[in-house]
Amino acid sequence: MKAALASFFSILANIYWFTIQFFKEVFTARFESREFVKQCHQIGVGSLALIGLTGFITGFVFTNQSRPSLANFGATSWLPSLVSIAVVRALSSLVTALIISGKVGSQIGAELGSMRVTEQIEAMEVSASNPFNFLVVTRVFATTLMMPVLSLYTALMGLLGGYLNIHQNELISFASFMDKSFNAINMTDLAALIFRALVFGFTIGIISCYQGYHASKGTESVGIAANRSVVISMFLIFLEELLIVHVFKMFR
Amino acid sequence: MSDQPEDSNRKVLIRIQHLNKSFGSLKVLENANLEVFQGENLIVLGKSGAGKSVLIKLIIGLLRPDSGIINVLGQQIDQLKPKQLQQLRLKIGFSFQNSALYDSMTVRENLAFPLVRNHRHLKPREVNAQVERVLESVGLLPLIDQMPASLSGGQKKRVGIARTLILRPEIMLYDEPTSGLDPITSMEINSLINRVRERFNTTSIVITHDLVCAKEVGDRVIMLLDGKFEKQGTFEEIFDTDDDRIKSFYNYNFLQSKL
Repeated sequence: MKAALASFFSILANIYWFTIQFFKEVFTARFESREFVKQCHQIGVGSLALIGLTGFITGFVFTNQSRPSLANFGATSWLPSLVSIAVVRALSSLVTALIISGKVGSQIGAELGSMRVTEQIEAMEVSASNPFNFLVVTRVFATTLMMPVLSLYTALMGLLGGYLNIHQNELISFASFMDKSFNAINMTDLAALIFRALVFGFTIGIISCYQGYHASKGTESVGIAANRSVVISMFLIFLEELLIVHVFKMFR
Repeated sequence: MSDQPEDSNRKVLIRIQHLNKSFGSLKVLENANLEVFQGENLIVLGKSGAGKSVLIKLIIGLLRPDSGIINVLGQQIDQLKPKQLQQLRLKIGFSFQNSALYDSMTVRENLAFPLVRNHRHLKPREVNAQVERVLESVGLLPLIDQMPASLSGGQKKRVGIARTLILRPEIMLYDEPTSGLDPITSMEINSLINRVRERFNTTSIVITHDLVCAKEVGDRVIMLLDGKFEKQGTFEEIFDTDDDRIKSFYNYNFLQSKL
């Protein structure tokens, strides 16, 4: 028990120093713009189809499942606002973060882990090429900046899923659905969505890069790095969601 | 420098004094002393796990010594700040045992990677010209746009060496350059190491347990046994001994090459 606690706090301390090094590199090293764009493309464009479909299904299923409860009170006309509040305030950023931590987090963890195991990171170090700046800074920046974009896309697709379900059952027009949906949310909701997505993106990036960058030697460690990247990122995302919900409650 | 001969006429590029390195309870290097002279090819022989690779990783600052002094090109490695270490590393080439090529990049991008990052002023045309020149010197220009996965073991080693040469290092560190290669390819790598010295005026440390490589490449051979540099001299001098540990090393390698 004592050893497990010591190991836990030691990992926390290492992640803290890893984050400090990230910010140090951001302000001192030359930005690797080409690698950053490549990562943004891989993370953003590479995830669009998956994120879009997931967002659409989430909106569709959520609307379908909410209908019976509202129908009991004859309040199915509230469905558009209910869907938009649920999607924009919680579901879009959370669903996107969980999908991205599974898809991108594991990819970053395995890629950097494999580079560590095959001494590619050491090869960059000995040629004075600053692997931290090239590999970590670009990936953390890319996940952080792509998450809000993907979350907004998920929200849009979620609303579209909700609309299709409502249109099938209540025969509401698209303009009317959008009008009701956007009346239910405000700028604080959008700001909260973007803020949450930024925090989740940074978490996924930094945790996955840390796990991969510090993979120990051996092929087994590549799998462990990928696995831990996903599990720790997801766990932290739920913790952060809890905190952010309470913080933004004060602004409403 | 208890076990080293004095050679006042030649410039010492690497000086190691009283070096100790352990991993947990395992002592890898124990009070090791060594000098590497300008222009020589020094062979470090030893069994697997003897600490040969640890030695060159200490020299380039990938590992830190427990105690002792490692002086490279007049600078004490473990006392350098990150920027200073980075500057010093530009003068040292490191060829990895498994080549360590960046597998998501082409051969051209592998060579351009360190060049672009350390000489930001170079135009793409100049980078390309330098990449092509160095690749030509290792005889691999036709493979310039190949991915590492499509190269053979020997080709990977040569690309790895070319990637270090692109920064024009003064010192080359080769970690098992012929391991895992067939005898013909090993001979090609041996002659490449000799050509690199002639063409780029490098001083080299070659870590190996391949006696053919040691004989073909080495000016001076040093034996790493039980964490210490036990014996040094020419290839013939090293194996003219009654020390059973050295004799068994020779006999085993000789037997292997016969087989």
